[in-house]
Amino acid sequence: MDAHSGDIAAPHHHFPWYTTSEGKPAGLRGFLTSTNHKRIGILYMVPILSFFTIAVILGVLMRIQMLSPDSKFLTGTLYNQIFTLHGVIMVFLVVIPGIPTIFGNFFIPILIGGKDMAFPRLNLFTWYLYMLGAVILLVSIVALGKGPADTGWTFYVPYSLRTTVNVPFAVFGVFILGMSSILTGLNFVTTVHMERAPGMKFSRLPLSIWGIYATAWVQVLATPVIGITMVLILVERIFGIGVFDPTKGGDPLLYQHLFWIYSHPAVYIMILPAMGIISDIFPVFSRKNIFGYKTIAFSSLAIASVGSLVWGHHMYVSGQSDTAGWIFSLLTFLVAVPSAIKVFNWVATLYKGSIRMDAPFLYALGFIALFSIGGLTGLILGALSTDVHTHDTYFVVGHFHYVIFGGMGFGLFAALHYWFPKMWGRMYNEKTAVVAFIILFVGFNVFYMTMLILGWAGMPRRYYSYLPQFTDLQRIATYGSWIMVGGLALMFGNLLHGFLRGKKAADNPWGGATLEWQIPSPPAEHSFTETPVITRGPYVFTDGNGDGHGKKEEHEQQPQHKR
Amino acid sequence: MTYPRYVFVWVALVVLTAITVTTASLNFGRVGILIVLAIAAVKSTLVLLYFMNLLFEKRLMFKILVPIAIGVLTIFIALTYTDVLYR
Amino acid sequence: MSSSHSTSADIQGEGVRARLGLWLFLLSEILLFGGMFLLYAMYRYKYAPDFHAGSQELSRFDGTLNTIVLLTSSLTVVVALHSLHVKHNVRRTAIFLAATIALGLTFLVVKSFEWTAKFEHGLYPGAKFLLSQSHGLILFFGLYFTMTGLHALHVMVGMGVLSGVLNFVLRGKITPDHVTIMENGALYWHLVDIIWIFLFPLFYLIT
Repeated sequence: MDAHSGDIAAPHHHFPWYTTSEGKPAGLRGFLTSTNHKRIGILYMVPILSFFTIAVILGVLMRIQMLSPDSKFLTGTLYNQIFTLHGVIMVFLVVIPGIPTIFGNFFIPILIGGKDMAFPRLNLFTWYLYMLGAVILLVSIVALGKGPADTGWTFYVPYSLRTTVNVPFAVFGVFILGMSSILTGLNFVTTVHMERAPGMKFSRLPLSIWGIYATAWVQVLATPVIGITMVLILVERIFGIGVFDPTKGGDPLLYQHLFWIYSHPAVYIMILPAMGIISDIFPVFSRKNIFGYKTIAFSSLAIASVGSLVWGHHMYVSGQSDTAGWIFSLLTFLVAVPSAIKVFNWVATLYKGSIRMDAPFLYALGFIALFSIGGLTGLILGALSTDVHTHDTYFVVGHFHYVIFGGMGFGLFAALHYWFPKMWGRMYNEKTAVVAFIILFVGFNVFYMTMLILGWAGMPRRYYSYLPQFTDLQRIATYGSWIMVGGLALMFGNLLHGFLRGKKAADNPWGGATLEWQIPSPPAEHSFTETPVITRGPYVFTDGNGDGHGKKEEHEQQPQHKR
Repeated sequence: MTYPRYVFVWVALVVLTAITVTTASLNFGRVGILIVLAIAAVKSTLVLLYFMNLLFEKRLMFKILVPIAIGVLTIFIALTYTDVLYR
Repeated sequence: MSSSHSTSADIQGEGVRARLGLWLFLLSEILLFGGMFLLYAMYRYKYAPDFHAGSQELSRFDGTLNTIVLLTSSLTVVVALHSLHVKHNVRRTAIFLAATIALGLTFLVVKSFEWTAKFEHGLYPGAKFLLSQSHGLILFFGLYFTMTGLHALHVMVGMGVLSGVLNFVLRGKITPDHVTIMENGALYWHLVDIIWIFLFPLFYLIT
């Protein structure tokens, strides 16, 4: 969203206060010094969506290369560098910070009835750290004429210690981004504990807050591990301390342990906030209280904690011990339980609901479909015996994109639509949003389902060429990626159009019961004129729609007959 | 807390340091590491409770923070051992 | 620092938010060092005899001395806080803060002597002599320099923070009723002490 560029001034159009200053579009300076949580949310949104676009373009380049087995579109090294950049940008600059920093910043204080984040200045500081990390990563592309890292986003040793490309810049950038992430998480945990409105008990928190809260804990506790790991790559490259260098007795597998100790929980950092938002959207568009509030809330914490214990399933074929293999496989299957609990609860919420098929809800449904496919293919990868065959194939790539793009991505898109009227005070075009969703959904499945099939057939990942027998499927995948990008373009175009020219939105267009819908669209600089006092749960609907169960005073009490 | 109490805690810390150095020179073999780690844990607990004031924090939140971090780290190390020990 | 029956609103009131944030930061510091302790644990298991041999090369006296220095600095910083917050004695606060910083400096000086001695014996990462030794010894000194180096970096940061606090105290920006910054600086300093409490036996006292 081009929130603060100077050339979109149209006097008869009223833009939200946080994009303006004294009636004119706000200068960059107004944004760069403001500690208001809503401005910081938008401050994050602009670069994150820009980086998303860049990484999508990199992905498209890779798919063009794969149109034929002997394609000369990219060289092997360039292909390696592009998939590394695609991964690093997507993971560290888009998906990990994405939902918490954009929507967490904008909506946590509103949803818990607080004034702002616990540490507003620290909050702004995290944005500067984020931008610094991003700049360092981008510098790695051009610095010293050596080209960007070609290691894959995992920076596996010993290759990352020896390759002459700009690995040090890249890992230092990741370290800085990690600091930003830690401080964001610290701020969010403190905020949820200290800034809640009177009566906003933990059992009355919207589930989106539960999701982000659980995420914030993982950010605080797991991110330092990747921080030190990246530092160790630097120290190893500069001083040769030997901890990861097999010629000095170091054990490269320990690098993989440390890397995945963070990077597996990181996928829960990615997915948990999306799950939280889905949990907010389902009741609103079903006009019905969420099914199993407590189980969803605690499954967020369960996913965060059990999800931190499963990193070894990335290393089944790395040479780690068989004992570690089966223990990690067992734990991996355990984490399916809280994930499935969430899916069942969402689906159960629909039961006998009065369902409104608006765009945010479509994206939420898309989330469930795609995340379920991602989750179930994850079981194939989590099982020791089958993983041996599918490891390092397109099957892994397909699975990962189903979970992260289908999960976090669609969660982000759902949030973009769901909160659009609140954030901008305007409405996007509903019909276009639905069409964009359908194109995106179809393209997504043509693309990644084909990748799953290719992987199952034995197509290894990270190769810039392939055997001729894969040609047809590779082409179908590429065509799918084009359809998908078309859907993305239409969706973002529609949102941008809505931002510039959309109809004025009502304060509560969806009939939501959470706090953000009780204040004007867009919210004022100080969200609440007086501190709200909370007397009920987040999904208590009183508009006469639905089954009326929502009118119960305590939402967490599930009606008995539902069991 | 009062000045003398702080000094008392400090004396305890120094005495524990002396003990840990002594046990190391007595050479308990493989259990040695457990002994010195146990003493280090006691010393840190003293610092946490008295110097860092955790004993007097009224909110439960503060009291569970360090156990959470130690628990997480212990599990990380234990699970990594399942690889290194059985490889 | 507050007593259990402190009357000040600062310790249990407005300071709680900042203190919670700082504690969460300390947790992330624990996990940051934790990654290195994990490596240490694995390599010590794998190369136990070499780690013992490496430990023999370190000066147990210097290590013990530095332990006492840091423990004492933890005492002085807590006394400084107590002097300001409970006793309202600015002068004593400043003296004990300065003492804390001086002890931190002492720690670094002793550390630098130790490191220099190791450099002279060719016991540092990348040294020809060390590379001719066993793998376990290379890793012991690799970890020793990285972990104590990272710790020393934290000592320096802590000294910087406490110098800032001292400056604020002298200029009257930290008063007995507004000790949050000082309190948090002290907490950070204690954590640096705690990390050393573990580093000391793990490197100097291997039997």
